[in-house]
Amino acid sequence: MKYLALIASEEPTEEVDPEVWQQVMDAYNAFGEAGDKAGVIVSGEALEPSATATTVRVRDGETLLTDGPFAETKEIIGGYYILDCPDLDTAIHWAAQIPGAKTGSVEVRPIMEVS
Amino acid sequence: MSRVAVEPPTSDPHRAVAVAFREQSGKVVATLARAFRSIDLAEDAVQEAFETALRVWPERGMPEKPAAWITTTARNKALDRVRREARRPDLEASAQGTALVTDDDPALDEEIPDDRLRLVFTCCHPALNAEARVALTLRLLGGLSTSEIARAFLVTEATMAKRLVRAKRKIAAAGIPYRVPDSDELPNRLHGVLATLYLAFTAGHVATTGDDLLRLDICEEAIRLTRVLWRLMPDEPEVSGLLALMLLTHSRRDARVGDDGSLVLLEDQPRRLWDHTMKLEGLEVLDSALRGGTPGQYQTQAAIAAVHAEAAQADDTDWDQIVGLYDALLDMRPGPVVALNRAVAVAKRDGPDAGLVEANEVLAGGRLEGYPYLHATRGDLLARLGRIAEAAAAFRRALELTVNPAEKRYLESRIEGLGR
Repeated sequence: MKYLALIASEEPTEEVDPEVWQQVMDAYNAFGEAGDKAGVIVSGEALEPSATATTVRVRDGETLLTDGPFAETKEIIGGYYILDCPDLDTAIHWAAQIPGAKTGSVEVRPIMEVS
Repeated sequence: MSRVAVEPPTSDPHRAVAVAFREQSGKVVATLARAFRSIDLAEDAVQEAFETALRVWPERGMPEKPAAWITTTARNKALDRVRREARRPDLEASAQGTALVTDDDPALDEEIPDDRLRLVFTCCHPALNAEARVALTLRLLGGLSTSEIARAFLVTEATMAKRLVRAKRKIAAAGIPYRVPDSDELPNRLHGVLATLYLAFTAGHVATTGDDLLRLDICEEAIRLTRVLWRLMPDEPEVSGLLALMLLTHSRRDARVGDDGSLVLLEDQPRRLWDHTMKLEGLEVLDSALRGGTPGQYQTQAAIAAVHAEAAQADDTDWDQIVGLYDALLDMRPGPVVALNRAVAVAKRDGPDAGLVEANEVLAGGRLEGYPYLHATRGDLLARLGRIAEAAAAFRRALELTVNPAEKRYLESRIEGLGR
């Protein structure tokens, strides 16, 4: 089964210390390598800060744009992985190793199988 | 007199069907769920077999081997369904090749113990919310009807049905596995299973409706399921601890409620009304568990119940030991409810003053402001110290927060008795 692991966390309000940033990158690289080696990660990307988001809605044929993410929440989606796992326990096992799980939250959702 | 319905070799065929299904359905659902790889299909098949039994058994009499009858009938219903829908020829083949229980012999339990364990771990999966876990466990393993579970949890049947459907849909769609966790995850996952069974038990124990018999039913169902788990996992001391805790608590059931239906506190209970057979079994189960090393939270709670059980009368209670056990429990599971219970034990050991100091600290902590037992405890301690006005205020606050009629009557009588 394929699962989406959606990583959400509070966005830093100040400039992040480059050293801290490097540690975060190293942690994600390590996770990526381990996941690739196990054949679990289908894909995964990090996102630019939510300030760069544009929300698009079409109503009555008109395209309406809002500056920012679709929901004002404290935790903001910062990246995702698509994981290929035999069951939820395995997906949870991997999601728990995503570095963001330690500081924010990771939502694990099965991807709908359309046959 | 015991208020627990003892099952006679009943002549009421409807009752007989219900009893047989409650005892067997968990086993059959578990086996069929593995064979057909669908909990939904398994449950529907067992439900259909139940309906057939309700029709057939009263006419033709009970089958000689009800368990085998249920298994075969449910299995055939499931096969029919799969064939009719002709969507899963692979499953039909796998189900055909699966060995099924076909006999009443309890020894056969041992041939497929993993099936029920799998179902326990699936129903109590931490990805399901706590309410859903209890409901699923009682429904799929306990064979209780949706309406019975709904009544026990004070929701409408439609709400409970929705909750069950939602949980089963999540199991299927999210890929919650049907298996016993690996040994590295087991302690954690087992804890979730025990918490679910204990929640089911306390839902029965702390009656919030007047439906006493149903409540006792839920308690006994929780004990039965814990016993099944205990037989399947004899080397897990916390499983024994939970079973002992339930048995020791439940052994006091007849003494907990007075003739007028009001709650009777432990210290006022006539101990001859305790179920001594059940008590002794609880002590024995606990004893075997405690030989296994450092006790966990259920063994510790059971040990507290055991200290009470071993006192011939309330005055003989070894409060020093109980305070020590609550200290140990607070280390394992810090929290205001445990701290409140410790305060009660301290009051018994060192006097109401000392107990009140601790109870006031719990109140100041703020998390238990809405918890009636905190106010009732403070009321009791204040009354003993002769601080009548404060005691009355505390009892009144407890009364405001209480739903259970027996507990309400108790609190009202305490308020009336103040200053006498």
